[in-house]
Amino acid sequence: MAGEVRVPINTDIDIVAARQQGRDLAARIGFAGSDLTVIATAISEVSRNIVSYATRGELLFHAVEEPTRRGIVVIARDDGPGIGNVDDALRDGFSTGNSLGLGLPGARRLMDDFEVVSTVGKGTTITMKKWIR
Amino acid sequence: MPVPILKQGDFLIATIQGALTDADLIELRDVLAHRIGQLRTRGVLIDVSALDVMDSFATRTLRNIAYSAKLRGAETMLVGIQPDVAFTMVQLGLTLEGIDTALDFEEGLAALSQKITRERARGR
Repeated sequence: MAGEVRVPINTDIDIVAARQQGRDLAARIGFAGSDLTVIATAISEVSRNIVSYATRGELLFHAVEEPTRRGIVVIARDDGPGIGNVDDALRDGFSTGNSLGLGLPGARRLMDDFEVVSTVGKGTTITMKKWIR
Repeated sequence: MPVPILKQGDFLIATIQGALTDADLIELRDVLAHRIGQLRTRGVLIDVSALDVMDSFATRTLRNIAYSAKLRGAETMLVGIQPDVAFTMVQLGLTLEGIDTALDFEEGLAALSQKITRERARGR
């Protein structure tokens, strides 16, 4: 089984690297077809969130295996300013930056599990999972 | 990877070659805006068939390109959105309101020519 992949996120170029490496790992785990595009797109959204709001952080990907299912875990971690109100940030159309406000709520819709832990002044960790159907 | 832009008749053709960074997309927007005025372009065709991801930033930038081209008197046609990309955009909640799309380059070029001919006939 594929190991853990870590991609540092500092600039917009790293967003492209993160989604390519995430897609590659997802394919090795056994995802196919539109699931690969869905995972790569969700990775793009959470990576951009780091570049836009935290300026630096990292993406971690690894396989997850349970007795009845298999999938991928994507963790986006930064030590940026944190999200003041996570519920607001997950609402469609809400943005404190210059964006459509669809990044985080969109990524949540694309993935099966989605969890945000954020502390103002400390940073944000987003953990999302997708299971092979 | 910068996007090559070719002039073909009255049109500008931008063919995206692979994954684009945010900076590449912004450059495409700026170069197109400039060329539309410089070459008095009536139509812009953007081929996105090489894009394997169209996230909220890419969609917003392409939308901005089409809207600002329109304000400069040019129509934009987006061609070649891949099936998996289209499916993902819908799930993500992304739309391309008011932007013309076509399945592929040939269809897009034909539709864009027709649209511009119609508008010229209407005296625009």
